[in-house]
Amino acid sequence: MKRYSAFAIAREAARYHQGWERAWAAPTPKAHYDVVIVGAGGHGLATAYYLGKNFGITNVAVIEKGWLGGGNTGRNTTIIRSNYLQDPSAAIYEKARSLYETMSQDLNYNVMFSPRGVMMLAQTEHEVRGYQRTAFANALQGVETKFIGPEKVKELCPIISLDGPRYPVLGALYQARGGTARHDAVAWGYARACSDMGMDIIQQCEVTGVRSEAGQVTGVETSKGHIGCGKLSIVVAGHSGQLAEMAGFRLPMEAIALQALVSEPIKPCMDVVIMANTVHGYMSQSDKGEMVIGGGTDGFNNYTQRGSFHHVEETVRALVETFPIISRLKMLRQWGGIVDMTGDRSPIITKTPLGNCFLNGGWGTGGFKAIPGSGWAMAELVAKGEPGPLAAAFGMDRFVEGRFIDESVAAGVAH
Amino acid sequence: MLILECPYCGVAADETELSPGGEAHLVRQGPGSSDQELESYLFGRKNPKGVHFERWRHSYGCGKWFHAARCTMTLEVFATYSAQTPVPPKNVINAIKAKRPDWEGWT
Ligand SMILES: Cc1cc2nc3c(=O)[nH]c(=O)nc-3n(C[C@H](O)[C@H](O)[C@H](O)COP(=O)(O)OP(=O)(O)OC[C@H]3O[C@@H](n4cnc5c(N)ncnc54)[C@H](O)[C@@H]3O)c2cc1C
Ligand SMILES: [Zn+2]
Repeated sequence: MKRYSAFAIAREAARYHQGWERAWAAPTPKAHYDVVIVGAGGHGLATAYYLGKNFGITNVAVIEKGWLGGGNTGRNTTIIRSNYLQDPSAAIYEKARSLYETMSQDLNYNVMFSPRGVMMLAQTEHEVRGYQRTAFANALQGVETKFIGPEKVKELCPIISLDGPRYPVLGALYQARGGTARHDAVAWGYARACSDMGMDIIQQCEVTGVRSEAGQVTGVETSKGHIGCGKLSIVVAGHSGQLAEMAGFRLPMEAIALQALVSEPIKPCMDVVIMANTVHGYMSQSDKGEMVIGGGTDGFNNYTQRGSFHHVEETVRALVETFPIISRLKMLRQWGGIVDMTGDRSPIITKTPLGNCFLNGGWGTGGFKAIPGSGWAMAELVAKGEPGPLAAAFGMDRFVEGRFIDESVAAGVAH
Repeated sequence: MLILECPYCGVAADETELSPGGEAHLVRQGPGSSDQELESYLFGRKNPKGVHFERWRHSYGCGKWFHAARCTMTLEVFATYSAQTPVPPKNVINAIKAKRPDWEGWT
C-alpha cells in the first residue's frame, strides 16, 4: 500500500494524479476463511482490522450485501462522546473515543476527527440532577466531563437561545474531548487497512443462510455461493435479528428507523455539538457548513431505511426554539437507517449458542462513536473465544440474569 | 405516516394520534416461570422483516389498545383487530395470505 502524505499529493500533482492506487481490492470469494465477518459497516471492518493488528489473524473475509459503509455507518450524524453513566459503557466508549484521537495516524487515512466538544443540555430540574450525577460518575470512571452553567453554554455556543419558549437552558453536561468525525472515512480507512493486510472485503454479496454442524458454524450461504469459515462473526446492526434467525437463535433486539437531515451550507456559526434531549433534537455543523440534524426514532418495528415526516417536524421544531437563527434555513436532504435497539439500550457483544459464532450488535442509535472500541473488543472475543474486560459485561446472558447496563437515560435522545 | 383504523371507534387514525406498543400476542410469564421464559417474555422478540403483529393504542382518540398486522419492510397494513384475542383471528390471517402467499403463517 502506498502511504498517503503531503509528499504523495505533490508527487501525484506533478504527474496528473495517474499514480493513485485503488484503496481496496475487489476480490472474488475464496472457498474458506479462518474468520468470516458479516457486515462491512464500521463495527465489522474495525473487528477485522483489530483481528489482524492485535492478533495476527488475516485470513479474514468481510461480507457486505450492499456497499461498505452503506448501512448506519454512512447514515449517522457522527457524534462522538463517552459520557455514559454505567461503568462498562464508560470503559468501552472511552476506549473508542481515545482510539479516535489517533485513528487518522494509525490508519494513514484522514478521518477528520474533530474534538470540538459535545454539550447535552439540561432543560428541566430532573435533567440538571441527572447530568450532575453523570458528571460525578464520569469523574470516578476517569472520563473527563463537567456540568456547566447557562452562561458557559452561551459562551461556547453564541447562537443558542437560553430561554426558549418551553424549556430554559439550565446548564449542560459538557465533554470537551467529544466531537465528530467523517463517517465514510472511518469505514474507508479501515477497509483500506484491512485490504492491505490481505483480507477480502466482498461487497454486493448477501448472506442468506448459516450452515452449522453439531453446534458449530461451518460456513455461510451467500448470493455468491457458499463460503466456509472457521469462525463466524455477525456484525449487521439492524439486521442482527435476521442473521440470528439464520443461525437458529433469537435476540433481545428490535429494528426501528432513525432519521437525520442536513440543511443548506452556511457560514461557520457553531463549533460545538449540541444535544437537547428534553425538546428532542440535536445539531452540529459539518465542515461543508451544513447543519447536521437528528432527532427521535420511530416507535415501531421498521426495516425501510426511511423516516416519517412528523418526526422531521418534531425535530425541527425543537431546534428552531433552541437555535432561532436556523428558522429560515432550507433543508437539503433527509434519510433513515435501521437501528438495532436492545431492552437496556446497551449493545450486545456476545458468544452465541453456536460455539464458533459471535455477535456484535444492538448499538442502536449511538454506535458510530463506539466503532474502534467495539472492533477492539470484538476482535478479542473472536480471537480468544472468550470476552476480554471491555466486552465481558455485554454478553446477551445479561437479559436472563437481570444484569442490565441501563443507559436509557444517558442515551435518551437518538444520537 | 402510518394510518391505522381503530377497530373500536372506526376512526382512520394518523400515526400521531396513536402510540406504538410493540409485539402483540406475547404470552405473559409470571411467578413460577423459569429465567429463560421471563427473559423471552420481557425482551425476546420476533422482530421479523415482513409480517408483524403488534399492539397500538388509540391514545388521542378512544384510548383503547388494539392490534395491527403490518409489514415491516413495506409498511403495508393488512388489518387491524380487537386486542381481546390471544391469537390473530382467521380473517386477519386470510387477509395476509391473500397478499403474501409465501408467508409461512402465524407461529
Ligand atoms: C440517522 C442516524 C443517526 C445516528 N447518529 C449517530 C451519532 O450521532 N453518533 C453515534 O455514535 N451513532 C449514531 N448512529 C448510530 C450508528 O450509525 C450505528 O450504531 C453504527 O453505525 C452501527 O455500525 P455497524 O457497523 O454496526 O452497522 P452498519 O453500518 O449498519 O453495518 C452493518 C452492515 O451489515 C450489512 N448487512 C446486513 N445484513 C446483511 C447480510 N444478510 N449479508 C451481508 N451484509 C449484511 C448492511 O448492509 C450494513 O452495511 C446513528 C444512526 C442513524 C441511523
Ligand atoms: Zn379508537
